Amino acid sequence: MTDVSADLIVTTVDARGQSCPGPLVALARVLKDAEPGDLLELLATDPGSRSDVPSWATLTGNELVEAREHQGEFRYVVRKA
Amino acid sequence: MSLTETDADTTLQLADLLARVQALEVSDAAQIQKKNKLTIIAWGGDLDRIWPTTILASTAAASGMDASVFFTFWGLFAIVKPDVRITGESWMQKMMSVVNPGSAQRAKLSRYHLGGAGPAMFKRFADQRQVAKPEELMALSMDLGVRLIPCQMTMDLLGLKREDLIDGLEEPIGAATAILEMREAAVSLFI
Repeated sequence: MTDVSADLIVTTVDARGQSCPGPLVALARVLKDAEPGDLLELLATDPGSRSDVPSWATLTGNELVEAREHQGEFRYVVRKA
Repeated sequence: MSLTETDADTTLQLADLLARVQALEVSDAAQIQKKNKLTIIAWGGDLDRIWPTTILASTAAASGMDASVFFTFWGLFAIVKPDVRITGESWMQKMMSVVNPGSAQRAKLSRYHLGGAGPAMFKRFADQRQVAKPEELMALSMDLGVRLIPCQMTMDLLGLKREDLIDGLEEPIGAATAILEMREAAVSLFI
């Protein structure tokens, strides 16, 4: 996975503090209005997102470009299919 | 090998292939095409059932799946309007509605209900961890396109009328339509 610089991100979804299924639902709602190819950033603190975001990407066919963890915070970058 | 023997061989091979193709076509026609879809039979109206039901339905919809929830028996009480208290015609139906307070907001825990202390505790935990409550997840599910479908037969059995139930539901259906929903769904659950 490559490091995606902030200026390429179209929208950031801040779901920090939310538990399952909050972060995914928040991401899905924003993704609905995005254009194919758009990069979206998801910020979360839910440890379940570590497995859930890749699973969601598999289910929806959107690409998980980046997944990082830093001091209990997670950052995911997804490219809309 | 003479020319006629090769011809006969080819004809036999072709006939064999044709028979195989026909057999495949027959078995393919009999196969059920499953959709990328989740169907849940919401049988339980308890908080610890309606909560996972609404979590899974909303998550499936957020993951690009079709999703439908079929509410039957105690599950129906979870989709009664919050302001509707007593439902039913006969005293027995009315009594049922008293012991099964309507709406997801008032759902009881299947264990450790403790006169309402259990659900209150659970909801406090949920607030602390920003977990959406079943009634919120239900509204969210509808927003994401999940079809919430009441069971006609159990509605009649419990004396529940369409106007007793929350807005935004699909038309009530029967068991055969529920089976059809499940048959075409890649994932079917009974909760």
